Amino acid sequence: MAKKLESNFRNMFVVLSSICIISALALGFTYGNTKDAIAKAAQEKQVKNIKKVLDGIPFDNDPAAGKYTVDGFDGLELYPATQGGQTVGTAVKTVSPAGYSGNIWLMVGFKPDGVINAISVVEHKETPGLGTKMDTPWKDQYTGKNPGVNNLKVKKDGGEIDAITAATISSRAFTDAVQKAHAAFTKGGVK
Amino acid sequence: MSMMHEFTKGFIKENPILVLLLGMCPTLAVSSSAVNGLGMGLAATAVLVGSNAVIAAIKNLIPDMVRIPAFIVVIASFVTIVDLSMQAYTPALSESLGVFIPLIVVNCIILARAEAFASKNGVLGSLLDGIGMGLGFTIALTTLGGLREIIGNGTIFGIALFGENPTTVLMFIMPPGAFIALGLLIAFVNKFVKKAA
Repeated sequence: MAKKLESNFRNMFVVLSSICIISALALGFTYGNTKDAIAKAAQEKQVKNIKKVLDGIPFDNDPAAGKYTVDGFDGLELYPATQGGQTVGTAVKTVSPAGYSGNIWLMVGFKPDGVINAISVVEHKETPGLGTKMDTPWKDQYTGKNPGVNNLKVKKDGGEIDAITAATISSRAFTDAVQKAHAAFTKGGVK
Repeated sequence: MSMMHEFTKGFIKENPILVLLLGMCPTLAVSSSAVNGLGMGLAATAVLVGSNAVIAAIKNLIPDMVRIPAFIVVIASFVTIVDLSMQAYTPALSESLGVFIPLIVVNCIILARAEAFASKNGVLGSLLDGIGMGLGFTIALTTLGGLREIIGNGTIFGIALFGENPTTVLMFIMPPGAFIALGLLIAFVNKFVKKAA
């Protein structure tokens, strides 16, 4: 076995620097090769979620291309769906910071009159088995409701939403995100 | 020591989780389902194989005093490569494993194998050691994840075993269940498997 390089300053400096430079090159190369695929995966997911929440509404444009935002609603994104130039629905990407562990991101589909068409869960870090139940038929109870008319709060807070058993905090955050989406949608107006 | 031994020792005899008890943090955290365990295990295996081979190849060029920083740079590079590839090609899995993929960098299994094995052995032996240890890690994580998923959620690899809405012991997919399931698994291995191997 060859003898190891001596641990003097010059050797350590040269070896560690070389390793870092080679690693940096390898990483740069990987980044360049995966960048497009990562962006594409994120975009596909976005488009899939938009389609999901506009389910049943026929539209002929690309909602993702018409993205707009509303002042005072940071992080919320609105995607209008049109049929022959007429707005037939809007998908709103919304967030609530009040989850049990971090942000809950939802995509909420509205009909032009503000009635909820469908909801899709984009991202969350809720407790497995409890808060994660939001991504089940539980969320269908929102469908057909209008946050401007119906009182979308959990029953404990005097509203008409059945909270998930043992996950009231997650349910509240979910409701909060939906209401925020509706507020942004109302303020932004139908475009 | 034979090459075969380097390969198979990680499965049971020196299994990183069940016998050496290394890398407990990601083990407990990501083993809430069989898929997560499998994904995490394979990701760590890829890193382990890569870093073991590279470190074994350049071990004589690394002055002793800076060996740990040098190992960590090599390991971190492999982790980032795996992380980026997973984000690109398996976005769903990458999302469910979240921060634990980048955290493979500080997984003690990887550094322990670099320090204890790759820095003293040849490239081939280190490769086999990496594969064996990685598979051992994967087997243990998948078993643990499967166990917790069955008891806590009534599913295995996402397939329902007991029909709709079975009565489950929810605690098993939450953190306390991780400790209990891991403890039982280690006890089982100690009692029945280790002696035979």
